[in-house]
Amino acid sequence: MTDSSSSTSERALGVADIPEVSVAVPDADGHGHLAELRTDPVALLERVHAECGPIGRFRLADKEVIMVTGAEANEQFFKAPESTLDQAAAYPFMTPIFGHGVVFDASPEERQQALKNQALRGDQMRGHATTIENEINRMVSDWGDEGEVDLLDFFAELTIYNTAACLVGPSFREEIDARFAEAYHGLERGTDALAYVDPYLEGVESFEIRDRSRATLVALVQDIIDRRRERGTVPREERDLLDVLISLDMSADYITGVFISMLFAGHHTSSGTSAWTLIELMRHPDVMAEVVDELDELYADGSEISFQALRSIPHLESVIKETLRLHPPLIILMRQVVEEIELAGHLIPPGAIVASSPRVSNRLASDFPDPERFDPARYRDQRQEDLQNRWTWIPFGAGKHRCVGNAFAMMQIKAIFSVLLRDFEFELVQPGETYRDDYSKMVIQLQRPCRARYRRRSDR
Amino acid sequence: MKVVAELDLCQGHQMCQGEAPDVFGFDEGADVVVVLDEHPDESLRPQVQAAVTYCPAMALAIAENDKEHA
Repeated sequence: MTDSSSSTSERALGVADIPEVSVAVPDADGHGHLAELRTDPVALLERVHAECGPIGRFRLADKEVIMVTGAEANEQFFKAPESTLDQAAAYPFMTPIFGHGVVFDASPEERQQALKNQALRGDQMRGHATTIENEINRMVSDWGDEGEVDLLDFFAELTIYNTAACLVGPSFREEIDARFAEAYHGLERGTDALAYVDPYLEGVESFEIRDRSRATLVALVQDIIDRRRERGTVPREERDLLDVLISLDMSADYITGVFISMLFAGHHTSSGTSAWTLIELMRHPDVMAEVVDELDELYADGSEISFQALRSIPHLESVIKETLRLHPPLIILMRQVVEEIELAGHLIPPGAIVASSPRVSNRLASDFPDPERFDPARYRDQRQEDLQNRWTWIPFGAGKHRCVGNAFAMMQIKAIFSVLLRDFEFELVQPGETYRDDYSKMVIQLQRPCRARYRRRSDR
Repeated sequence: MKVVAELDLCQGHQMCQGEAPDVFGFDEGADVVVVLDEHPDESLRPQVQAAVTYCPAMALAIAENDKEHA
């Protein structure tokens, strides 16, 4: 028997040999771990790692999900060739949001092409920084000297305007308002993991909200299209993406789907990260003071935010990185296997879903000492725990599919806080530990109440 | 120091050219970074370090000696 066991250890094992995580929420509906994913996904993902180690599995309806953790297995996951893993099929909750015929995610080649021509390229960033500075100034223009703000509402609306202005175009931004932001939020609330059973299930409230919200967005976009048609054609150099899509006779439904997909990746992620950055700063007044001093010094010479937001702001950057580590906007990244793939010594057949969890990896004690502690010093000097752990510090994913918008996101948040902390002081309204995320949908949002108090700075 | 670029990871953001234009170029055909100077002068270290830190694809690294980054 020794021979056969040594030969098995050299040859890859199958899915059946991968340990399955225990069941914590009773499987009343026969969908396996779906009930727990819909109520307490963090507990589920943490338990997969704690009980199963670098590779474990759980079940969502008829799908086996195989989750890897740790640098070695994560590297295999993130480096897998495009042809073997499919993103769209792993996220069935997105299909009804984008609508028919709208691609979920471009291939790396298409992304690279888009990057070359479009909004996310390095040399576009300065213009974006100016746009964002203007947007945030507009948002706080009616704030007065002091008051309270709901962090979810505030950042969700601000980041819709930022992404619409930078990624679609400034004219489109002027054609939308809070109604668009609100309907968009309704879409995000429709990302219920019940979609693993069927994304079109009848009688599910979150799906009904989703479909109503999408219809509202289509109607708003139809209005915009009608007004542009009435206005007539504009000179070529003033045309934006919407003009082009209208000239191609695309329907409002399809155009809305294109815009939804363009805004989706950059919206709830930036919105949540901005909110959590502010919450962590308010929770840690010493860190807040350091960042405020840093910004005051940086802007003391009257330099432009559009310039500085693209430059190094070390303390603020460390705070954002540490916020991303502790509160990654996506807690699990998934792909459906198209061609057999080997992960952590196991052969995974087509049809299974493979996954890696930023939430679990970002808190591995082996890579991030005292992992629960908010400690921006992790990124300073020689520690650089993000660069040192490129396969486990993964709020943006890793490898070829690493979030293509991460430089835009960092710049956006640096610009937002350059304005907010220049003009206002912030403090918690509730006990610090009561600021939480709502994990009931795949798109995570802050749980209400989540309020902050602001006061216009008198020392400047 | 030796400058290492992982072309498999490069997404073509071209941020490094802004940080260290003497060290990094761009291959328009292949849409990836080109390391113009694998062994830049020590005086360029801050620029190269900034390029490594701000690479949106985490595709760049500095190897202190050539053997370190096999």
